[in-house]
Amino acid sequence: MKRVNAVVVGAGAAGGIVAKELSTAGLSVVLLERGQWYTANDCRKDDLRNQRTTVLGNAFGPEDDGNPRVVVDCRGVPHTVSPSEGSYSNNAACVGGGTLSYGAQAWRYLPQDFRMRSTYGVPIGSSLEDWPISYDDLEPFYEKAEYEIGISGDYSGTPFHGPRRRPLPMPPLPPNREFEILEPAAKRLGLHPFHLPMARNSIPYNGRGPCMRCRWCCGFACEVDAKNGSQNTVIPTALATGNCELRTQSTVKEILTDDRGRARGVSYFDANGHLQEQSADIVVVSACATESARLLLNSKSRLFPNGLGNRNDQVGRHLQGHHYTGAIGYFDFETYDDVGPGASIAITDYNHGTKGLCGGGMLANEFIRLPIHMVDRLPANTPRWGLGHKQAMRDFHKRSIVIIGPTQQIPTADGRVTLDPTVRDKWRMPVIRLSGNVHPDTFDIGVVQAERAEAWLKEAGAVSTSRMAGRPATVSAGQHQAGTCRMGNDPKGSVVNRNCQIHDVDNVFVIDSSVHVTNGGFNPALTIMAVAYFASNELVRNWKGTGFRS
Amino acid sequence: MRRIKRTVRLTRRQFVAVSALSGAGLAIGCTVREKSGWDFLREDQASTLAAVCDQIVPADEFPSASQAGVLSYIDRQLVRHYRRHRDAYRTGLERANELSRQRFGKEIAALTAPQQLQIVIAIEKQDPEFFNLVRSHTFEGYYGSPRHGGNRDAVSWRMLGLAEPPLRGRAQYDLTKGTAS
Repeated sequence: MKRVNAVVVGAGAAGGIVAKELSTAGLSVVLLERGQWYTANDCRKDDLRNQRTTVLGNAFGPEDDGNPRVVVDCRGVPHTVSPSEGSYSNNAACVGGGTLSYGAQAWRYLPQDFRMRSTYGVPIGSSLEDWPISYDDLEPFYEKAEYEIGISGDYSGTPFHGPRRRPLPMPPLPPNREFEILEPAAKRLGLHPFHLPMARNSIPYNGRGPCMRCRWCCGFACEVDAKNGSQNTVIPTALATGNCELRTQSTVKEILTDDRGRARGVSYFDANGHLQEQSADIVVVSACATESARLLLNSKSRLFPNGLGNRNDQVGRHLQGHHYTGAIGYFDFETYDDVGPGASIAITDYNHGTKGLCGGGMLANEFIRLPIHMVDRLPANTPRWGLGHKQAMRDFHKRSIVIIGPTQQIPTADGRVTLDPTVRDKWRMPVIRLSGNVHPDTFDIGVVQAERAEAWLKEAGAVSTSRMAGRPATVSAGQHQAGTCRMGNDPKGSVVNRNCQIHDVDNVFVIDSSVHVTNGGFNPALTIMAVAYFASNELVRNWKGTGFRS
Repeated sequence: MRRIKRTVRLTRRQFVAVSALSGAGLAIGCTVREKSGWDFLREDQASTLAAVCDQIVPADEFPSASQAGVLSYIDRQLVRHYRRHRDAYRTGLERANELSRQRFGKEIAALTAPQQLQIVIAIEKQDPEFFNLVRSHTFEGYYGSPRHGGNRDAVSWRMLGLAEPPLRGRAQYDLTKGTAS
């Protein structure tokens, strides 16, 4: 196959941006994606089969057969799980990756989120660290992401955000009923509520129309293509340059290296299951935190017996997602207006500054709950089944509000991705083994966040509330997975440098949530995108014709 | 409005058999009646399961689980996504009837509604794994998307006062023309 300048592994939030930035700069690019390209016409409003409710499988991959993982719980017991099970920590396998079907909250992290160690010290048993780049380094790239991908919202209600040069490109969607109930309550509590940022058109933008406000949003592809991901923004732009070729249903097996220890390309299984080789000057790994780590670990050779970039046993460590906690409030009046996407109002007052505890998180009302989500979220004294349960469904489905948020996790070196010694996937490659758990301090702040959500709901008129602050028995990763190829200046404690370039090999880059040192108290998509723009910019700047010199 | 009818789903073998029969039927000039039945469940298993499901979501002014098609949902998934649960259903339903025979001398389906309630309470206590499986699947069939055979006529959504899936918007945009960005 014809040699190209860059092969990018994974067409998700980051890979799409890298492909677009490199191809518009004149580099030839092959973008490999293991899943398919779905469009708005593939939108199925299926409450039981989507990326959020997966009882009948994932709508956008991977399929359950042939893609197992092993999850070791906190008692040390391994379980073999399939992609539709929660502990698998799946992220969609398709063009657009998670951004095809995400809820599309598009947050900037706060300046403190990049300096967690400096702000809080290192809790015992944790691997808390600062990023080697700052909010100010990323700010122009956050802005670029906001304008190229298309973000609506309005930060003007809160002082708790980093400095920004331009407002968001689109105004927020008009408030739904939950917004109108929650906003005055938050203000009475002295908080600073505002219209949360979303990668969703509120007005025509980028040649596509606005949100039609249906209730099938988070977990679904958008029927009218008003939700913005890499599949309907940067990837079409990349392909339009003529410099980028997208190959779907292509699963990368390993990164190939030469005798001098430099990457020469990748091998992958194509749509027909044949093993192919694509040679390239640069390899960019953008396969998401779990799969990127797996690909590096599976790329073993004489010079790299423990996997690529893994000389110091850092690949796969510090795996983190978000510890979601909050509360549900039950009201004696209707709170539900069937106007999507549902999530509309947020506060960032509690992301930092809780005395004696580390971090915190954003709190927002939840995406619309479909009836199937409600069956286990009824008031505590409700019968689990029978007439009483049926009556409670009628009483509370339209009279309840959930406030919940992604509590920032304190990373540990033991939360990790390794290769399972025995289980193989359909390509006979070793599968991911997830192990470790959540740092106990994260659970503590999670409870405080849930109490705050309850207080907000009560102020808004909730008759009763139930706290949602579980303690999962497995490592937390999920769709917000991050941290497995940490960015850092010291090669002993990190995998890539500040430009996302592997310390060991100068022509291999990891550009996705794997490089997040910490994961903020926010949905990570916009930060993944900003880092991808930042790293692509450095890559293009340092590109010298046919070779790469850093 | 979408109307979900209880449709007969045939396995490939049944299809071949029915096709052959209908050919024969046409040849001799008589009609062949559609065979009713389940993909996975036997008729007796289906009536046992219906009794259990109808305690989990009983009828009131809105239909019960089985009236809303929950059995079609579960049966269909037992030959699709829930193939792994087949043994659990086979043995679980057998244990449920065993319990019923011990206590009332009859199978669950033959009991009065208050007796069925007692038995289902006992199943929840003595066989929690099976009960929770049936409970989850019943709720999926009752409150989930009608496309899978349950929630007939979107009855649970109407019960909750939710609009049926409106296809707003699809006609407003020609999704096949123009570049995306």
